[in-house]
Amino acid sequence: MAVAEIKIELKKGVADPEGQNTKKALELLGFEGLRSVRSMKCFQVDIGLEGDEALEACQEMCRRLLANPVIQSYSVELK
Amino acid sequence: MMRPEDIRVCVLRIEGTNCEEETHRAFQAVGCDPEMVHLNQLTGHAPQASRRSLEDYDALAFPGGFSAGDYVRGGAIFAARAKSALGGEINAFVEAEKPVIGICNGFQILVELGLLPALDGPSDVPTAALFTNDSGRFECRPSYMRNESRGRCLFTRKLPRGRTVMFPVAHAEGKLMSADPRFVERLEDNDQLVFRYVDPEGRPAGYPWNPNGSEGNVAGICNPAGNVLGMMPHPERSLDPCTAPDWTRRPKKEGDGLAVFRSMVDALTR
Repeated sequence: MAVAEIKIELKKGVADPEGQNTKKALELLGFEGLRSVRSMKCFQVDIGLEGDEALEACQEMCRRLLANPVIQSYSVELK
Repeated sequence: MMRPEDIRVCVLRIEGTNCEEETHRAFQAVGCDPEMVHLNQLTGHAPQASRRSLEDYDALAFPGGFSAGDYVRGGAIFAARAKSALGGEINAFVEAEKPVIGICNGFQILVELGLLPALDGPSDVPTAALFTNDSGRFECRPSYMRNESRGRCLFTRKLPRGRTVMFPVAHAEGKLMSADPRFVERLEDNDQLVFRYVDPEGRPAGYPWNPNGSEGNVAGICNPAGNVLGMMPHPERSLDPCTAPDWTRRPKKEGDGLAVFRSMVDALTR
């Protein structure tokens, strides 16, 4: 049975204050040359399904709860 | 004709809601008969005696707070639970043009339910988002906003158009966003833009007057029918004039927030 990793990211062009603030803090700690820091969210779901069925169920989860399509995109990986 | 004391208001909460007391008190202050109701009481997951039915109420309020810990996104879990158990009933309530108000977290819930902005009608998936403030911080302070409604929104009809009021804001995720490039314009055209953040002179203004970076400095919007209002600032925290930080310098008879609740009573008792 698959474990699904569902990644929720901000769509391109949506400001990411958490990422920007984290980048600033990392720079203050002395990490130099950072090009960007982006925040994202990951849910690991032990889904009890396999293959396409598992993928479809995860996509439905994203549509109905995990992502807001106005600002977020999602991707699913089965492990 | 309905009398104010006949107006039954459902102040709906789940775990993590924390503004239900003030919201309940606001409706009491304008003479209504409010009741704090847990979502489980509407979905049948409660002892028989405490079960309630949404259709028995005349108005519905989603108070502020951090429902379900604001996990996933602000209001997302409350919305998912409400939709799964009584989505049809809430939609019927809105279609019957009964008043619905969502304040702060309640606004996030209405957006996640697809009931706001509803530019093209209610939707199964959200058509807007209330996302992290541009400052990346929780912004908590009194804020000024101007009534922009031309009369559509039933919650601001007792407030003159263009009047600036002061309500506190307290949120980290209040930046109203949409994928529609003409979003603010369409809200204005439809008379759905209800409150705009302004500076003390009443001019639309950016940060810090606009605490979150919302496009067009939008603080509150209603649905096309005008019976559903969502706003990030807290009118229920402005019932007593002494809650305004300048109350000794600008004596007022009452807090600015009462007008919002009184407008609703007026609309229902007219």
